[in-house]
Amino acid sequence: MTPTADRPPAPLGGPGPLVDVHAHFYHAGCGRSDWKQVNESRLRAGALIGITVHVASMLGSFGHRSPTYFPSPSDIAEGNDEMRRLEAGSSGLVRSYVTVNPNDAARAQEEIARGVEGGAVGIKLAASRRADDPLLDPIAAAAVTHGLPILHHIWQHRTREWPGQEISDGADLGRLAARHPRAMFILAHIGGGGDWAHTFPAVADMPNVYLDISGSGVDRGMLDAALQAVGSTRLLWGSDITMETGLAKLRALEAIGLNAEEMADIRYRNAVRIFRAGRLLPSVEPTPARRARAERA
Amino acid sequence: MTIDVNTFIGPYPFRHLPHPEPGVLVQVLAREGVERAWVGHLPSAFYRDPTPGNEALADALAPHGARLVAVPTIRPDWPGWEGALRAAADAGAAAVRAYPPQWGMGPHDGSMRRLTSAVGEAGLPLLLTVRFEDGRQRHPHDVAGELSGAAVRDLARSDARARIIVTAAGRALIEEVHWGLTPEERARVWWDISWIWGPPEEHLAHLLRAIGPERFLYGSGWPLRLSQTPRANLELLPDDVRALRLASADAVRAA
Repeated sequence: MTPTADRPPAPLGGPGPLVDVHAHFYHAGCGRSDWKQVNESRLRAGALIGITVHVASMLGSFGHRSPTYFPSPSDIAEGNDEMRRLEAGSSGLVRSYVTVNPNDAARAQEEIARGVEGGAVGIKLAASRRADDPLLDPIAAAAVTHGLPILHHIWQHRTREWPGQEISDGADLGRLAARHPRAMFILAHIGGGGDWAHTFPAVADMPNVYLDISGSGVDRGMLDAALQAVGSTRLLWGSDITMETGLAKLRALEAIGLNAEEMADIRYRNAVRIFRAGRLLPSVEPTPARRARAERA
Repeated sequence: MTIDVNTFIGPYPFRHLPHPEPGVLVQVLAREGVERAWVGHLPSAFYRDPTPGNEALADALAPHGARLVAVPTIRPDWPGWEGALRAAADAGAAAVRAYPPQWGMGPHDGSMRRLTSAVGEAGLPLLLTVRFEDGRQRHPHDVAGELSGAAVRDLARSDARARIIVTAAGRALIEEVHWGLTPEERARVWWDISWIWGPPEEHLAHLLRAIGPERFLYGSGWPLRLSQTPRANLELLPDDVRALRLASADAVRAA
């Protein structure tokens, strides 16, 4: 399947644009022989659900040559190159984050510059350094300069260290967000592990922190509590590595009783607002220049 | 007919659950196009003596007729459990639930083997739970751990009359148990799909191809988990397995 696979006539996720702000693809250097099938499966399922744009990252070699959450500079460069290669062949179906490791500060800035030049729409931070560490400040500053939101891997309520990652929680990210009020942060996968009930009050008063609802966790009460804490204007739809839970959450949001406007916020409007204007869904949210051209036509 | 074999009523000790009531479950089933549910009493998993929980379950489900079928909890190291099992069978229980990790029972526990034999003799399936919550979010007091593959294999081997339904298992545990049993033993074990990943990893599709749909049952984990997830998972299956039919819970009872 190519990244431009046909959509079914009636998307399982309902009508209207749908942006997956938390997707991953793999490449040959990831060390898993089924990497192509997994990518194809994401696109196949995305077509069934009705995903308009997959905003995705490749985390280095995903542990094959360096750890997933502590990727080496060469793995990061290769992963970002492969991500942009996939994006380039997707006719707009796939957009890319540029992944960086803050511990290699100079390389991180170089990667962000390469990413911007290559069309990346956001920055992906995994779990290489605690979110409130000063090493993340220049990355947040670069995000502001280039108008890129930062998707930060989050463990909901950090109570101890876990192997393989230097985890951050909502409170950690909140401290970074407070230092950079002009930067936009996406707090990753509230269903991705840990205690989401801790996250919501930790960032409820941080207007520049958005919550992505992705992750395998489908706890009842999680979406209700997220809505209560930050409202529909600060939630973003995503899937991460379980797309069936993403589809289930879309349907659960409808069952909660959100109106069309609130659903549109979560499905795509919030994403369009925080990613580069007009680049994510140009047909839905035209740039001022495109709007002017259309008005002249 | 679709039957959700993995539902509960009642609160959960480690976090708030919105509306875990039978009346809400009936509405959820209607919304999801599920005709019936096998219903356990969630607090009973954490009671020392589940007897009061079984009584509360029967009372709560009584107004809902055949739509909600009770699955009482039987603790096999508690005095009088044999009588409780007879009462459950006489009352028309769909199956019997047991929670060995919550009761501190290891994978080769003799009382669990005795329960498995007795439940098999009574003609009821034994329903086991691998986990209630993701291991990464557990309350500090929730130290029971997850049901192990070794425990399931031990029970499946313990009595040829045993019919075992395992809920909330993921691919790895399912595979280690299934391929760790003889064909005769594995034919008496079923799995609900509530915790099996869909695309892009495609664990459910893989398991349906490798093990067969006749070993899998519809289950959600409500009210702990979103009731929409199993349906979404089935709808996202690849073409070659989308038309396959899962096993019928009624067929498991009749097996």
